Amino acid sequence: MTSAALRSRAWKMLEMVTTPLLPSDYLDLVSPLRAGADLRGRIEAVHPETRDAATIVIRPGRGWRGHTAGQYVRVGVDVDGVRLWRAYSLTSPTHRQDGRVSITVKAIPGGKVSNHLVRRAKPGTLIQLDQATGDFVLPAAKPAKVLYLTAGSGITPVMGMLRDTEFDDVVMVHSAPQPQDVIFRDDLHRLVADKKLRLTELHTDTDGMLDISRLDELVPDWAERETWACGPAGLLDAAEEHWTAHGVRERLHTERFRPSIVAVGDGGEVTFSTTGKTADADGATPLLDVGEEAGVLMPSGCRMGICFGCVTPLKAGAVRDLRTGEITEAEPGVLIQTCVSAAAGPCDIER
Amino acid sequence: MTAIDPTAHLTAEQIEELGRELDAIRDEVLADRGEKDAAYIRKVISAQRKLELVSRGVLLFSIFPPAWLIGTAGLSVAKIMDNMEIGHNILHGQWDWMRDPKIHSTTWEWDHVSPADQWKHSHNELHHTYTNVIGKDNDLGYGIMRVDEDQRWHPFHLGQPLWNFINACFFEYGIAAYDLELGKNLHKRRRKNPEFRARARAVGRKIRKQVLKDYVIHPLLSGPSFLTTLAATFTANLVRNLWTHSVIMCGHFPEGVQVFERRSIKGETRGQWYLRQMMGSANISGSKAMHFMTGNLSHQIEHHLFPDLPSNRYAEVAVKVRALFEKYELEYVTGPLPKQVFSAWHKVFRLSLPNKKPKVETPDREQELVAA
Ligand code: FES
Repeated sequence: MTSAALRSRAWKMLEMVTTPLLPSDYLDLVSPLRAGADLRGRIEAVHPETRDAATIVIRPGRGWRGHTAGQYVRVGVDVDGVRLWRAYSLTSPTHRQDGRVSITVKAIPGGKVSNHLVRRAKPGTLIQLDQATGDFVLPAAKPAKVLYLTAGSGITPVMGMLRDTEFDDVVMVHSAPQPQDVIFRDDLHRLVADKKLRLTELHTDTDGMLDISRLDELVPDWAERETWACGPAGLLDAAEEHWTAHGVRERLHTERFRPSIVAVGDGGEVTFSTTGKTADADGATPLLDVGEEAGVLMPSGCRMGICFGCVTPLKAGAVRDLRTGEITEAEPGVLIQTCVSAAAGPCDIER
Repeated sequence: MTAIDPTAHLTAEQIEELGRELDAIRDEVLADRGEKDAAYIRKVISAQRKLELVSRGVLLFSIFPPAWLIGTAGLSVAKIMDNMEIGHNILHGQWDWMRDPKIHSTTWEWDHVSPADQWKHSHNELHHTYTNVIGKDNDLGYGIMRVDEDQRWHPFHLGQPLWNFINACFFEYGIAAYDLELGKNLHKRRRKNPEFRARARAVGRKIRKQVLKDYVIHPLLSGPSFLTTLAATFTANLVRNLWTHSVIMCGHFPEGVQVFERRSIKGETRGQWYLRQMMGSANISGSKAMHFMTGNLSHQIEHHLFPDLPSNRYAEVAVKVRALFEKYELEYVTGPLPKQVFSAWHKVFRLSLPNKKPKVETPDREQELVAA
């Protein structure tokens, strides 16, 4: 018998010992970050960066496969007891000696997770992790000249790049409202002092937004540079137009942080993505009825919100709890009770 | 349905007002539900797992009587925690709001021979929707007992104290059979129903795993303590079964609890539904530890009003609910465990005999009972 077969047999044996739980349920008690466990991380430190941004240092579990500079990671954080998932750029270099990684988070007004991480997260807390992902990364072959064009928290993936790989000729144009809003300002100026970076810092409160046509004057050879741009949609749109107009679009790499924009309203079109059916729903009819009406096989029980026999994944959009009026927006892993939820705008139900 | 309707003094408007007041209590808890509650259930789950691990560890040496005693006691408590405060409540969806896929009604499996999904159907859906409605809520006597004067007496019921005792000892099997609606489904034609067979197979699988774990693997692992570990697990299961059976009997059987007719729930309003839950359930009074060990089902009335609120909140909710009972001059049936258990058993004995004074049944009523 191969050792893998032997191991799987031993595991089966263990499962018989622990049934109906799994051996991992017990192992998680003592070693939540072990190899083979669901991927998690432990917050080890929280460093404030600006008044509304902080770097969270995380020790990932043994299953972490590492990342490439510029990538992001989805983290699942329990906020007020509810697990919420968000994506943040990794700002640590790829080969930190201590195996830790960091994300840098800017608290956005009303943002549940970002405010929690920046202001309330405590070292020692376990969070859930996904593997790093994203293709806003550096190429394998080093470009001779590099331009980083960033604004606001768009600096975060680029900081991961700056810390990871040194280039001979790097220019950065970064915009932020005021000097004290510049995340990593000290780090950037240290790189400048060490002659590893040429930096143009723009303060939009006083200088106004960057006019892309000013690039000629700020970075005269911008068109020859391999460029990575990250920031608000306005900046990226302008950049894409500019690079295209000059016929050098292939040199521009952009990363958009898309805050999922959910239209919250009263009723809307409901898509049942498994069966491919759609139906128009008003804001008062339970989705269970909407589905049945449309000929979708909907699981149900009490039809009054007490048995949880109708829970179904909400893939997109938003729904309103007919009892409390509470709005639930789609996020991975969000399940809703269709018998007491109505469409609050267009939504997608996995049935 | 009892001779005098204890809710007769309430007007329709009052009942709807009562419903609104109960909704307000619910909303208050929802608005405040959060981190502390999540921390509570996580702590209970981890404590239960540790207790079970340690107890099983101690039982490896159960050949020594003190180890047997400690291990058996620990395992009994661990099993009770698993079924009551953890399993029952998670399977009710009380913790779904945390969005933790591991502590979720759709993924949880418990240390019980009835598979979680079957139990959820018969309990969450049938029992909680049709609470105490004769002919709809099979929890009323679990289909083997007569627990209300209005149920027709049959000579079979003479033995019900005995059935009830046997059911108490092997309660988890009783529940599994009940979830399968075994009585009804064993008739020749239904037995072949593929849907029933699939569910029966699932129960068979679950029983096999449970028995293998408790009565083969763990004893074998104990080597020389094989027999004593076997006896310990058997005892722990027995203790858990007797305990859960007692607690559950106290929820709807004690004297003073009302049952309802099928027709009475046609077109039931929210207020009326609430009222039925209030009149159809009974509490157990006692210490914090006692509430914990019953999985807070000692707050059965509150649980039936708000089956999806986190169990750790029932105690505070109970104060407000009780005030509403007083306001609307309704009887809040409660009492210490021994009293409630006695009351329930007393009823089981009493109703094993035919009614003393046969009531005059209207033909309509008679039909209802036959249908039941
Ligand atoms: S059908 Fe019972 S909760 Fe939705």
